[in-house]
Amino acid sequence: MLCRAKRGLSAGPSARIQSIRTIQKIAKSMKMVAAAKYTRAERELKPARVYGTGALALNEKAHIKGPEDKKKHLLIGVSLDRGLCVAALTPAGKEVVLVGIGDKIRGILHSTHADRFLMSFKDVGRKPPTFGDASVIALELLNSGYEFDEGAIIFNRFRPVISYKTEEKPIFSLNTIASSESLSVYDDIDADVLQNYQEYNLANIIYYTLKESTTSEQSARVTVMDNASKNASGMIDKLTLTLTVITKELIEMISGATALD
Amino acid sequence: MLPVALLRRPGLRRLVLQARCYAEAAAPAPAAGPGQMSFTFASPTQVFFNGANVRQVDVPTLTGSFGILASHVPTLQVLRPGLVVVHAEDGTSTKYFVSSGSVTVNADSSVQLLAEEAVTLDMLDLGVARANLEKAQAQLAGAADEPARAEAQILVEANEALVKALE
Repeated sequence: MLCRAKRGLSAGPSARIQSIRTIQKIAKSMKMVAAAKYTRAERELKPARVYGTGALALNEKAHIKGPEDKKKHLLIGVSLDRGLCVAALTPAGKEVVLVGIGDKIRGILHSTHADRFLMSFKDVGRKPPTFGDASVIALELLNSGYEFDEGAIIFNRFRPVISYKTEEKPIFSLNTIASSESLSVYDDIDADVLQNYQEYNLANIIYYTLKESTTSEQSARVTVMDNASKNASGMIDKLTLTLTVITKELIEMISGATALD
Repeated sequence: MLPVALLRRPGLRRLVLQARCYAEAAAPAPAAGPGQMSFTFASPTQVFFNGANVRQVDVPTLTGSFGILASHVPTLQVLRPGLVVVHAEDGTSTKYFVSSGSVTVNADSSVQLLAEEAVTLDMLDLGVARANLEKAQAQLAGAADEPARAEAQILVEANEALVKALE
């Protein structure tokens, strides 16, 4: 009887409690790192939101719409390299070209839609995104020469308190904007000026969606690590209880065996 | 016309000190009341005005400097390096130096002034600006091919505008 009890102890709750404590420590420290990154991301998001809203104002106030027979689509998905929350892309039919910002998008869609990728950007998210990063992305997109009828950028907009919502903002090609009726309201616009304006605005929109997505990502990480750490606590409590019960039974057995002797 | 993305200048970066963030909640771009301007002026990292009501804003654009009052005709413009002057309702005015960017005047009298980099003049040093200008001019003189010439040209223009703003 004694031997059986001894075997149970070494492989049992005690060792498991140890390993779960280690996991809990890791989860707690990862949570702290994510919390620090989240605080910074949220702080930088505040001005970026005003800036991004300003950049999107023209599309909204001038009610610019894409052409009716939309043939060529451009979908830009904004995420990070190691994304816990990934903006869901559903490229449906037609001629759709994808641009992934953040390795995660490419990873997820690679198996099914590899041939549709125009370009993919990695090294996104380790450091907070800057306007320079957005400019680089915008320049690559513009230099690719891909002419599309209708485009959209899909990202995760951050919402308080610590949640996010996948959203889509339209991206219009230069042609669409130039030929839009509502644009005639705007006085005396040189074609060159309009092109410059649009190129700058593309960088602005990418910058804004990057900032939103980063904040969403870091907040998701904080939540996940927090849950992991709490789950670990729960498991430790349960196992400690089991260990206590076994220890009591052992003591009874031993005292019982001693009494028999 | 050069893509605006090229207008990132290393010279200007060195002059700009740490910018502090201005916290503001986001809402859709505000429309203005009758006879009023809703003025939003921001860079990617800093908000200066958000839907504020100001009297007049002078902006430097590629086609020249012009002043925007409420009920200005709608227009889209691209900025060149230079001074932005904001005249408040109470008569006071503040000057900012901007590197590049865009300005949009909408039919509802809302104005969005988005600058790639914008600072108040007290953040800039005239001595450093002059030194950078000389360096830029030297770079232009020694530029080998078209892209190098273009970059150097931009540096020269930006630094000239800087020096002029500070003098």
